[in-house]
Amino acid sequence: MIPTDSPTSQARPGTPVGVAPAGNPEMPAPAPEHHDRSAWGLWEVFVRSSRGLSHVHAGSLHAPDAAMALRNARDLYTRRNEGVSIWVVPADAIAASDPDSKGSFFESPQGKDYRHATYYTKSEGVKHL
Amino acid sequence: MSTHTEGHGDISTGVAGGDSNASATRITPGNALRPEDIALEVKTGLVKPSEDVAEYALRLGDDALILAQRLGHWISRAPELEEDIALGNIALDQLGHARSFLTYAGAGMLKEDGTAKSEDDLAYFRREHEFRSVQLFEQPNGDFAATIARQFVVSYYQYELYRRLTDSTDATLAAIAAKAVKEVDYHRDHSSQWILRLAGGTEESRTRMIHGLRLMWPYVGELFRDDELTQRLAEAGAAVAPSSLREDFDRLTAEVLAEAELEVPDVPAAPGGGRQGKHSEHLGYILAEMQVLAREHPGASW
Repeated sequence: MIPTDSPTSQARPGTPVGVAPAGNPEMPAPAPEHHDRSAWGLWEVFVRSSRGLSHVHAGSLHAPDAAMALRNARDLYTRRNEGVSIWVVPADAIAASDPDSKGSFFESPQGKDYRHATYYTKSEGVKHL
Repeated sequence: MSTHTEGHGDISTGVAGGDSNASATRITPGNALRPEDIALEVKTGLVKPSEDVAEYALRLGDDALILAQRLGHWISRAPELEEDIALGNIALDQLGHARSFLTYAGAGMLKEDGTAKSEDDLAYFRREHEFRSVQLFEQPNGDFAATIARQFVVSYYQYELYRRLTDSTDATLAAIAAKAVKEVDYHRDHSSQWILRLAGGTEESRTRMIHGLRLMWPYVGELFRDDELTQRLAEAGAAVAPSSLREDFDRLTAEVLAEAELEVPDVPAAPGGGRQGKHSEHLGYILAEMQVLAREHPGASW
């Protein structure tokens, strides 16, 4: 394998921004510290593919702030011409329904046919239905 | 790099203009100029650069190629996965510019059998002293701040260059520049956002940002040096005199640095000479890694 840089000039893999470099370039670099992922917050990304459609959840990413989250979203989720608009939302700002309360939350409408237009018989003479 | 010269197939899976099947992951390729389109025009004899224009395209192509190779080294090594992809995207943009410029340059440089040199001939089968990139592009990645410093200088230089080159009397150079300038505009945004954050972050990140700028600034002067080739081409309206970009570059970079409360580094200029094939010790290692596969297995495809 051919190195592209002298070892001392190369950032070590996994070295996060803000961690001190090895003081003496002659000394072997110490093992990189584990990077604390929580340093960058989690953001949810919504992409609108074209005018007239809604933003659709595309995925999530890490970013230090909203401006960088938008840029990371642009790089991660619109690489193939997918979007004309992006929203990013801090993941902890989203209130989600409880997956365990599926029954009471989402199964109650079952069997309630009368909430659907097809339940009702068409009156005679009504056009355009 | 690829040498495919087929026409532009439409892989769009949706209908433009709001169809009911559209989704957040719909794939459309768009219609921007691709290196394959230039190769096709070269092959069919539609475009052929003058000797001067070919040499000029070679310079710009080498700049972008060496930077792409450098940036690609960050993939899997950036501070965060998201930044891996950001730098990878920038590297691929640069590689695209390199492919277009080198394909066009090769059309003016014939092989022994009389056919045009391909982008691969130029990328993989030239030696160090035949590369025409300026020395900034081959400077080591260093730490993340040094890479951002290099990218900051490059993106503001390339933006001014490509913005003017869209008015070139050479239609192919103008077309390549018109595609590249939009991409480089985003590279400016990316690097300046990071300059602001590293300079305004921790004491450590600020120290590193200042150090990174000092490492790269000696190579700034070489970017704006005129020579006989650029003078001839600038007079003909085909190219842009590098010196004419300096004022805007200085003004715009100084604005970002001022916002980050950083000084423009006051460091002596490096001698340069990349346009004449004089390179720092770093380029040989880059070429060894970049060229080894193509040279070990000439004509290999995968």
